[in-house]
Amino acid sequence: MLRFLIRRVLGAAVILLVISAVTFFLFYAIPADPARLACGKVCPPETLEQARRNLGIDQPLLVQFVSWLSGIFVGRDYEGLGHCPAPCLGFSFVNKAPVFETIMDRMPVTIALTLGAAVIFLIFGVATGIVAALRQGKPLDKVASVASLIGASVQIYFVGTLAMYLFVYQTQVFSQPKYVPITEDPLGWFNGLLLPWLVLALIFTANYTRITRSTMVENLNEDYVRTARAKGMSGRSVVLRFALRGTLTPVITIFGVDLGTLIGGAIITETTFGLQGIGRLAVRAVDYSDLPTLMATVVLAAGAIVLMNVVVDSLYAVIDPRVRLS
Amino acid sequence: MYLEVNDLTVDFHTEDGVVHAVGGLSFEVERGSTLGIVGESGSGKSVTNLAVLGLHNPETAQISGSITLDGQELLTASRSTMERLRGNKIAMIFQDPLTSLSPFHTVGAQIAEVYRKHKGVSRSVARDRAIEMLDRVGIPQPKLRVDEYPHQFSGGMRQRAMIAMALVCDPGLLIADEPTTALDVTVQAQILDLLRELQEQTGTAIILVTHDLGVVASTAHEVLVMYAGRAVERGTMREVLREPRHPYTWGLLGSMPSLRQAVDEPLRPVRGTPPSLINVPRGCPFHPRCDFMELLGREVCTGERPELSPHRGHGDACYLPLKQKTEIRERAAGKETT
Ligand SMILES: Nc1ncnc2c1ncn2[C@@H]1O[C@H](COP(=O)(O)OP(=O)(O)OP(=O)(O)O)[C@@H](O)[C@H]1O
Ligand code: SF4
Ligand SMILES: [Mg+2]
Repeated sequence: MLRFLIRRVLGAAVILLVISAVTFFLFYAIPADPARLACGKVCPPETLEQARRNLGIDQPLLVQFVSWLSGIFVGRDYEGLGHCPAPCLGFSFVNKAPVFETIMDRMPVTIALTLGAAVIFLIFGVATGIVAALRQGKPLDKVASVASLIGASVQIYFVGTLAMYLFVYQTQVFSQPKYVPITEDPLGWFNGLLLPWLVLALIFTANYTRITRSTMVENLNEDYVRTARAKGMSGRSVVLRFALRGTLTPVITIFGVDLGTLIGGAIITETTFGLQGIGRLAVRAVDYSDLPTLMATVVLAAGAIVLMNVVVDSLYAVIDPRVRLS
Repeated sequence: MYLEVNDLTVDFHTEDGVVHAVGGLSFEVERGSTLGIVGESGSGKSVTNLAVLGLHNPETAQISGSITLDGQELLTASRSTMERLRGNKIAMIFQDPLTSLSPFHTVGAQIAEVYRKHKGVSRSVARDRAIEMLDRVGIPQPKLRVDEYPHQFSGGMRQRAMIAMALVCDPGLLIADEPTTALDVTVQAQILDLLRELQEQTGTAIILVTHDLGVVASTAHEVLVMYAGRAVERGTMREVLREPRHPYTWGLLGSMPSLRQAVDEPLRPVRGTPPSLINVPRGCPFHPRCDFMELLGREVCTGERPELSPHRGHGDACYLPLKQKTEIRERAAGKETT
């Protein structure tokens, strides 16, 4: 198990390194004057000069990449701007601050938005899937398949904008989505995120219902479930301890994909609801041509997806001893 | 009698119509005795066993008749009563031990769980009991293997673990539905030996479903031959294997001389196709495939449905006079030997 984990984490690190390198070379190698780009759209001559020096433009690209990379582990000194402590993802000449600081500022918004919604659609989807499987009622299953088809085809910005229009601007059922740190005001945090959570849950839940239902129906017909009943296990424990176990693997697979989609697609969600997370940060970075920030958000999004993969793979091993022990 | 099944009927309501999987089946099993049930695929052996365990889905299966275990009626018993009996007084082992054991739980946990559920003992007592059971069914190093998963066991070891799980609560009745079909021949023999040995120690009544004549000959005390959800012949192992009376049994046993020394071989396929269970043939359900119908005339064989007779002892459900059946059998045996 430990060796399995180490292998996966090392693999993930290599993938991340490759992604960082490719992004770096794409962003910095193509423009005629990278300092100009790094400095941003509104670039006073003295900042440009500073950027030139700090990026080490005269150095070969590879050396530049290595300094960027080593900054993550040991930090970097930006002449005339100060120290950028590890993990240093670069220095934004637009914000006049280490990129990492800005990111840490925005991160809680994206995480609360994504994970909050994910918890809702995971729990709700799996629960309705179990009920549908036990009822074996065809109507509920049909509703779930149609709903998941709709969920898969509608876009967050469409449903989100519609929901904002109906429930915020027209009827004020929900307040305008906003982010309040949970440490300051838990209720405000909850209220501010409720509408985006519900919209995301609406889009994603049905897929979990459908997958849980179909694998559950299959599993209920498995021989070992029959054995459990033949041993005198009660109906509930047969469902939860035996049949549900087998549905976890497919559910976790799509959960990993969905979380990746949500984090990678944070730009859309956050723009729709006007929340200031990493997604919006990336948009702003593009607007201002703030290359260091953009670079960091791309690497971060990739990192989140790679991490999700490692977690999902490890969970397979936790769930299924046949994976763990082979 | 420990288990008494009387006039058991199981109907399934399906989209194609009502499937009469078992119709008017009666049999009994004594303590310490093994009833072998044979019959071709689809004859209702598993459906019967699942009815005894109360494992049919009440929404699709309609069951009537009576099943009593130690005097207690099972068909009308509540769900919680049946949950208390299953795994405790009635246990079952299935054909494929790989798919019948949960891949997600250790072998020991699966055994201990039954014991804990029915005896209300602590985890550690149940675990010790699981180790003891693994030892009893002949699994080496039970203290180590108790924490392993089924996929780490060989096929024979898995079936031994299944048996350990089935017998952990000392059930009065053990139902073994083709317990050796999925195993290779040497392992089959070991598993049957084990079952016999455990039966001698505990006096458990066993229902053993099999397609293998050798298994019947070596393990069963009584034999029940099923056709289209009905008993067509019943008797002691010797009676049914040496002096079979029903034409269907003749077909299953194949060439007559092999009956004299029950050979280790599978049951023969019988000419023709198994009957529809939605429109069960009128009269004797075997008549569309029977070579001896002319001896009696079609009207007789398609009239009233024949019942097992005589009522006790060696009986069969065919209108041919006993004397004629004996003659046919002996003539066939003579022809084979000359
Ligand atoms: N739940 C069900 N719904 C409808 N029909 C069923 C159901 N269960 C069993 N049957 C039908 O009942 C008949 C008897 O099946 P059963 O499994 O008892 O046969 P069997 O004698 O055990 O055969 P085999 O030797 O192949 O195991 C079959 O035709 C089967 O298709
Ligand atoms: S009753 Fe008639 S059809 Fe049925 S087995 Fe006997 S002879 Fe054959
Ligand atoms: Mg069967």
